[in-house]
Amino acid sequence: MPLKSWKEIPIGGVIVTPGSAREYKTGTWRVMRPILHKEKCIDCMFCWLYCPDQAIVQENAVMKGFNYDYCKGCGLCAKVCPKQAIEMRPETEFVGEEG
Amino acid sequence: MKMQKVLEKVAITGAEAVAYAMKQIEPDVVAAYPITPQTPIVEYFAKYVADGVVKTEMIPVESEHSAMSALVGAAAAGARAMTATSANGLALMHEIVYIAASYRLPIVMPVVNRALSGPLNIHCDHSDVMAERDSGWIQLFAESNQEAYDLTILAVRLAEHEAVRLPVMVNLDGFILSHGVEPVELYPDELVKKFVGEPKPYYPLLDTDHPVTWGPIDLYDYYFEHKRQQVEAMENVKKVFPEIAKEFEEMFGRRYNFVEEYKLDDADHVMIALGSTNSTIKYVVDELREEGYKVGALKIWMFRPFPKETLQRLLNGRKTVVVLDRALSFGAEAPLYEAVKSALYEVAARPLLGSYVYGLGGRDVKPEHIRKAFEDAIRGNLIADEQRYLGLRE
Repeated sequence: MPLKSWKEIPIGGVIVTPGSAREYKTGTWRVMRPILHKEKCIDCMFCWLYCPDQAIVQENAVMKGFNYDYCKGCGLCAKVCPKQAIEMRPETEFVGEEG
Repeated sequence: MKMQKVLEKVAITGAEAVAYAMKQIEPDVVAAYPITPQTPIVEYFAKYVADGVVKTEMIPVESEHSAMSALVGAAAAGARAMTATSANGLALMHEIVYIAASYRLPIVMPVVNRALSGPLNIHCDHSDVMAERDSGWIQLFAESNQEAYDLTILAVRLAEHEAVRLPVMVNLDGFILSHGVEPVELYPDELVKKFVGEPKPYYPLLDTDHPVTWGPIDLYDYYFEHKRQQVEAMENVKKVFPEIAKEFEEMFGRRYNFVEEYKLDDADHVMIALGSTNSTIKYVVDELREEGYKVGALKIWMFRPFPKETLQRLLNGRKTVVVLDRALSFGAEAPLYEAVKSALYEVAARPLLGSYVYGLGGRDVKPEHIRKAFEDAIRGNLIADEQRYLGLRE
């Protein structure tokens, strides 16, 4: 979401558009990024179960990756993974990339 | 005292004058907690409510913190909201005072100036309001009961102007004005109501067809921008206030401005102060003028925003400027002096400056004190970095 100048926003911190929280990507808070090594993954769904931000993407109980718009990089998924299939890497390695 | 309902001079206290203005404004909501010396304002106003003279919703809250909180809710809902307080009451609402300004809620609050404890003291000085000078409220100061009445009415229009949308404190000196009886010319109800008009709410919460969010968390991505907007609103006051003051003058016949000039035209020595002490200063100016001294006074009606440009224009090239403060800023210069000194940094011909602190905790300020400060100025016996005291036992 592009940030606006002080001349472009309502005064007093009032939010005049309902549902605007949807535009707020908490993934920008992330310092460490989870990376999936699919060859080790057994689709146990532990990561999906534990993720506090519902940021694990799955289809029909198959682990597909992460929703980086909302993943805050807490690393719980990597911690609970029984196969060490998730690696936490510093965001600085991905500067300029999408996600 | 029975209030008369005709346009004529009546002898009333400052508190009654302010309460009468509130009666005529007839805000939608008043939430207040009594504290000396503001108490009679709330007392008079509560009687108007009890007698059915006004339709105002009066909320007798359990503290000033709650009073300002209730007004924040009321004003965000779209109501015209008022309260009044003093000293420790103002300090107790401090947290919400900042919130009211940052939410841009046009609340009008007479502040009956009283020394902040401790030691415990109920009498006049400006330590209470000076503790709020960076809160983002517009701050007006009354010299007389008439001015307290007028400025309360004027403040409503200033606060609600769409280019401003800021709360206003109308300061009147505790006991000296609040409990002192003076002649006050009261305007007819219909004229006051016409002047203040109907409130124009900004995204009111009660407009349920257009739901909005008030008071969300505002982090590093937008807080700074909202603060910049407050700076702009304060700058806008400097454009808007003269227009509203002109309308006020056309309707009621009294002229207000950022400052009042008293025998200033040819004055070599100028004294600056806030509030009721200006009457004493004018008395001494008259005496010294009779003795042949070119002295004058500059009364600050508006302290926030500080009328820096006006002071620069009026004080450039004077021989001396003496600033009287009824408050301290421990470890730094007194608040009004600091503001005046800072304003004069940029003028071409800087006057010699003197700082005098007086009247703390209700200590009397007498003509001889004012004269002493003027005599220092006339003799050139001023030191810009020396804080002096009037009426203090050394």
